[in-house]
Amino acid sequence: MDRKIGMRIILYGIVTLFLFIYGMVLAQAQQKTVILATTTSTQDSGLLDVLLPVFEKKTGYFVKTIAVGSGQAMAMGQKGEADVLLVHSPAAEKKFVAEGYGVNRRLVMHNDFIIVGPLGDPAKMKGLKSSAESFKKIASAQALFLSRGDNSGTHAKEKDIWKAAGINPEKEKWYQQTGLGMGQTLSVAAEKKGYTLADRGTYLALKKSLGLDILVEGDAILLNIYHVIEVNPAKWPKVNVPGAKAFADFMVSKETQEIIKTFGVDKFGSPLFFPDAGKKEEEL
Amino acid sequence: MFRSLEFGNCLLFGIWDLEFGYWNFVGGQMDLIFEGIKKAFYLLITFDPEVMGITLLSLEVSGIATLISLLIGVSVGVAIALSGFPGRRLVISLINTGMGLPPVVVGLFVTIFLWRNGPLGFFEILYTPTAMIIAQTVIAAPIVMGITLAAIQQLPPKLRLQILALGATRLQMVWILIKEARLPLLAAVMAGFGGVISEVGASIMVGGNIKGYSRVLTTATVMETSRGNFDIAIALGIILLLLAYLINLILTQIQQRERPK
Repeated sequence: MDRKIGMRIILYGIVTLFLFIYGMVLAQAQQKTVILATTTSTQDSGLLDVLLPVFEKKTGYFVKTIAVGSGQAMAMGQKGEADVLLVHSPAAEKKFVAEGYGVNRRLVMHNDFIIVGPLGDPAKMKGLKSSAESFKKIASAQALFLSRGDNSGTHAKEKDIWKAAGINPEKEKWYQQTGLGMGQTLSVAAEKKGYTLADRGTYLALKKSLGLDILVEGDAILLNIYHVIEVNPAKWPKVNVPGAKAFADFMVSKETQEIIKTFGVDKFGSPLFFPDAGKKEEEL
Repeated sequence: MFRSLEFGNCLLFGIWDLEFGYWNFVGGQMDLIFEGIKKAFYLLITFDPEVMGITLLSLEVSGIATLISLLIGVSVGVAIALSGFPGRRLVISLINTGMGLPPVVVGLFVTIFLWRNGPLGFFEILYTPTAMIIAQTVIAAPIVMGITLAAIQQLPPKLRLQILALGATRLQMVWILIKEARLPLLAAVMAGFGGVISEVGASIMVGGNIKGYSRVLTTATVMETSRGNFDIAIALGIILLLLAYLINLILTQIQQRERPK
């Protein structure tokens, strides 16, 4: 009987050893790993699903894509938990770089935001050229507005527009914050027949299941610009510097820009992103 | 009299129309669910490689986590049940509280520990399946421990003495007690497994939902929902339910096996 117990102990020991080795083997793979903190819009649009295999094949790096809001992505960068960022919150990015957390901030691509709303358009804003004006109409009509409320690039842009309209919607009953990603916020807006600010890419991807119309587009403030930023290794020695640089270089390279140019055309009729590497932000 | 008949007719027609509209609406939603069922069937029949990979990873991560929780949970549970020490009640209440630990909070704390620049960062296992196994073990172990405690405590106290009196060693006695409590112990395993196979908050945080690497059924379902691919999300949900059912079918067979006379 004791032999049986002994064998059981040996079995447990082997299992534990196996798990330890398994963990060690996985840890080895970290050498060639790049942690990319990016936004939910780049992941949900499917762009990264197309670009990453190309990058991984070319360089042999394994990219761990952590898709969160731009705010959280930059917070990860500040703590040195990411190697490179692909985000779209220019004001916060400039602060991030100015405070020494990021280096080599480079323009990658842009698309635009649109204001979408229910088919009846109770705030009567369809066709308005100014997004600030349309937000004023929402406030005066007390129409339901869904905000991301998560410090993402989209949320930051939305706050900019409210500021331009001179309105503070925070305590209003018609202003609701979901704290969710773009796709989910659009779903909530569709269900509750409310207005929201969305990036064109995610909207197009979800269009068929939504039932929301594009009401305002084309305003200069609605430009949505993506930058790639490498996390500064001076503050955090564990950052994978060559990996981050390789990814950032890849994003602005000619071949990648070509892929970005045509991404989405076959599925949606128009490209989801417009490549901009090498240009200055002011030129857009 | 005719007036009231007319009114009655209108009312009936109105109700019928409302009801018809309602069932139309329900029908529309049912369409979505049928789409999901069809998709699940299709994905399974064609052995879609991505879905197979996700399913196997779910099974692997939750299976290993449940196994480790079983080892830790049963040994600690039995040890506490059979012994007495000052503060025993406090320890037991802590374990019972642990059974209801919010998985999301566990995920947050495990993430903080496993951060590259955190206390256990040198392992570099954040955003790996290993981290997911660790988080899920932390969630399941108290569940297995708590139920094991109750199961062993529930055995007749004289049984211990009887077994020892028949010449068994301490280890043999422990093993026999475990066999006696087979029913609730297997329930403990099923509770632990059920808790982690369905868990999503901790898995997303410590795993990162990385395609082909740390994506499991639950995290993939959340992602597909947020992308608006409801049919795929429902399909994944159905596959998850099927997986859980199959595992529990096997465990239940073991649990309900007739005792040899």
